[in-house]
Amino acid sequence: MGYVGVKGGKDAIDNAEKVIDYYRIKDAVTPLNVEEIKNQMRLLIDRVMSEGSLYDRDIASLALKQAEGDPLEASYLVRAFRSTLPRLDYSIPGKPEEMFLIRRISSGFQNIPWGQVLGPSRDYTQRLLRFELLNEKDIDAVDPPKSEESGKLDKPVEKVINFLRKEGLLDDPVKDKNQKAYDITRESIIYPLTRSARLQRITRGEEGAVLAFGYASMRGWGSVHPTIAEVRVGYIPVKIRHPYWDSEVKIGRILVTEVDSICSFKKINEIKNGIETEHYSFSLGYGFIFGQNDRKAIAMSIIDRALSIKDGASPVNDQEFVLQHIDGMESQGFISHLKLPHYVTFQSALDRLRNIKKNKETESSAGVSV
Amino acid sequence: MNDNSEYKYNFAFLDENTKREIRRCILKAITVPGYQVPFASRELPIFYGWGTGGLQITLALIGKDTILKIIDQGDDDSVNAVNLKKLIYDSSGIQLTEDTGKATHIQSRHRITEDKLRSDQTYVFQVPLPEPLRFVESREIETQRMHAEKDYGKMYVKLYEDILHHGEITIGADYPVLVNNRHIMSTSPIPRWDVPRLNQAPNLFLFGAGRERKIYAVPPYTDVEPLSMEDYPFRVEDFEGKSCMLCGSNESFLNEIPSTNDEGKMYICSDAFYCKKRRFKNDDEV
Repeated sequence: MGYVGVKGGKDAIDNAEKVIDYYRIKDAVTPLNVEEIKNQMRLLIDRVMSEGSLYDRDIASLALKQAEGDPLEASYLVRAFRSTLPRLDYSIPGKPEEMFLIRRISSGFQNIPWGQVLGPSRDYTQRLLRFELLNEKDIDAVDPPKSEESGKLDKPVEKVINFLRKEGLLDDPVKDKNQKAYDITRESIIYPLTRSARLQRITRGEEGAVLAFGYASMRGWGSVHPTIAEVRVGYIPVKIRHPYWDSEVKIGRILVTEVDSICSFKKINEIKNGIETEHYSFSLGYGFIFGQNDRKAIAMSIIDRALSIKDGASPVNDQEFVLQHIDGMESQGFISHLKLPHYVTFQSALDRLRNIKKNKETESSAGVSV
Repeated sequence: MNDNSEYKYNFAFLDENTKREIRRCILKAITVPGYQVPFASRELPIFYGWGTGGLQITLALIGKDTILKIIDQGDDDSVNAVNLKKLIYDSSGIQLTEDTGKATHIQSRHRITEDKLRSDQTYVFQVPLPEPLRFVESREIETQRMHAEKDYGKMYVKLYEDILHHGEITIGADYPVLVNNRHIMSTSPIPRWDVPRLNQAPNLFLFGAGRERKIYAVPPYTDVEPLSMEDYPFRVEDFEGKSCMLCGSNESFLNEIPSTNDEGKMYICSDAFYCKKRRFKNDDEV
C-alpha cells in the first residue's frame, strides 16, 4: 500500500522510550548519581524548582537526570508530579527580615546598614574557562571565607526600602488582614488578575521569557528602568498556623532570591479624612524566586512594575500579553504540539485554497473581475 | 531520597477534589450551551497542547464500567491517541475499544466519528484554542465582553471581508458556529464536514482546553448553526468523485496522500474504524 502514517503507535512509542534510555546512558562511565546532581548542579536545580513550582531539591535532581539536563522538560516532570500532590495548607506570609542571608547588595546606596555582602556571586569574576576543572580530582574541604559582615548577617536584617518608607519616599504597602493570596494552581485564571496572581505567574515563568519581557521594558518598550534597592539571597523560614493550637509553627526553610526595585516616582492623589491630598512617591517592583537567581528576580521586579502601570501603551504593560505567554510549560507544550498529525485540518485548508483558485480561474476565463 | 516507584496514583490519575471541580464546570457548561467555563486546569504527565483539556474531562467522568474510545484525526492507532489511552488505562484499568458503537465515552482530537452517535454516549473533544473570536480580537477581557453582550459584529465583518477579497470564506477547520442562538463557539477544530453533526445531536458533546483553561458543551438536541451569509451558504469540504482506496467509501471524510500515481495523490478514510469495519464487514473479528 506504500503509505504508513504516524501510527502503529504502541510499538513505536515503547521503542522510542527505550531509545531515549539508550542515548541517555550509552557513553556513560557510571550512571549519574542523583545526589551529585543535587550537590553540584545547584543553580540548575534552582531553575527547575522555580519553573517546576515545587521546592524539592531531590525531585528536581531526579527530573534533571531523567530529562538529560533539559531544564524545561525537567520542570514539566516536576509540575506534573506536583499536580498530583494535595494542597494541605497555605503558609503564613513570610517575613523577609527573618531571612538568613548569604548575599545582599544594594545599588541605590553606597553603603547600607549591615553592609553589602557579595556572597556566592559570579558578578565580579572573569568569565574565563577554568581548564584545571577538567582534571579536578579531589574535593578539598573548602571553608567559606569569613568576614566581619557575614557575621553580622546571622540575625534579622532590616530591608533597605524600609529606610525610604520611613522618610515617606515610598508608599507603605496596603495591609489587609483578610486578603488571601490567589492560588493560580487551584483557581481559574480570569483577567484582570490580582497582583498576587500576577506575581505567581511571573515567578513560575520560563526564565528566558521573564528576561525578555523585563529587558524589553527596560530598553524602551515600556518605561521601567529601575534602581535596585536590594537583592537578597537567603533562607526564609516557612511557617504555618498550627491546626489545633493556632500558634505559628516553623516547618522548614527555603532558599530564595528577593528583589526590591525602585522605579520612577509618581504623583498620588488621596482623600484622607475628606480632604484631598497630593504627594509624590517612588513606585516599587517586586521579585521573588525559588533558589538563587538574581537575573530572574530582577526581571520579575521590572515586569511586576510594568504590569502595575495603568493605561501603559507598551505590550509589556499588557497583562494578557505578558502573563499568557510567560509560562514555559504552556509555551513549550503548544509549540511542540505542531509535531502532532494535522492532516484533517490541513485537508480542510487545501479544500479552501483549491476552491478559491478554481473560482478565480473560472472568473478570469469568463472575463469577469472581482 | 525514597524510591518512588511504589508511588500509587489515584484512580484515573486526578485526585477526587480536582475531579469534582471539573464535573461542576461541566455541569455549568451544559446549562449554558457554547459558553466557555473557566477552570483551574492541572499539569498532567502529557504536555499542555497535547490533549490535556479533553483528558481532564475524560478522567473526571470515567468510572469502572466506562468503555472508552480515543481517536486522533479519526484514527485509534495514532501515536498520541495511543499515548493518552496508555495513561488512562495504567491509572484506571478501564475497558478500551475501537468500536464506536460499543464506547460509552469517546475522546477525540479533531474529528467526529462517521458512525452515528447515541444519546447514551458522551463525546469529548481536545481543544487547542477555545476562543472563536480570538482571530478578530486578541484580548480575553474584550472577547468576554463581546460574548456577554452578544456583540458579534466583528466576526461577521471578517466573513464579509473574506468573501470580498477571496470570493469565499477562508476558514478551513475550526469553523465558528452559533450555539442555541446565543454563543459563538469554536468547533475544536473539526473539519467543516463534521460541523452539521453537532446540530440537534442525540448525544452530549464536551470540549476541554487544558492550556487555555476552559470547558464548554453542546448538550443533546441543541441548535448549532455555522456562521454564514445568505448568499454564501456554509459549505463542507468537497470530495466529489473521490473515494477511499481501501474501502471504496465515497461518503466519508477523506485524507489525501501525495503519491507517485498518475493523479499525484490518493485518498483514505480519516475514520480508521469506519474504514476497517467496511473492509471486514463479513468477518466476525473487526
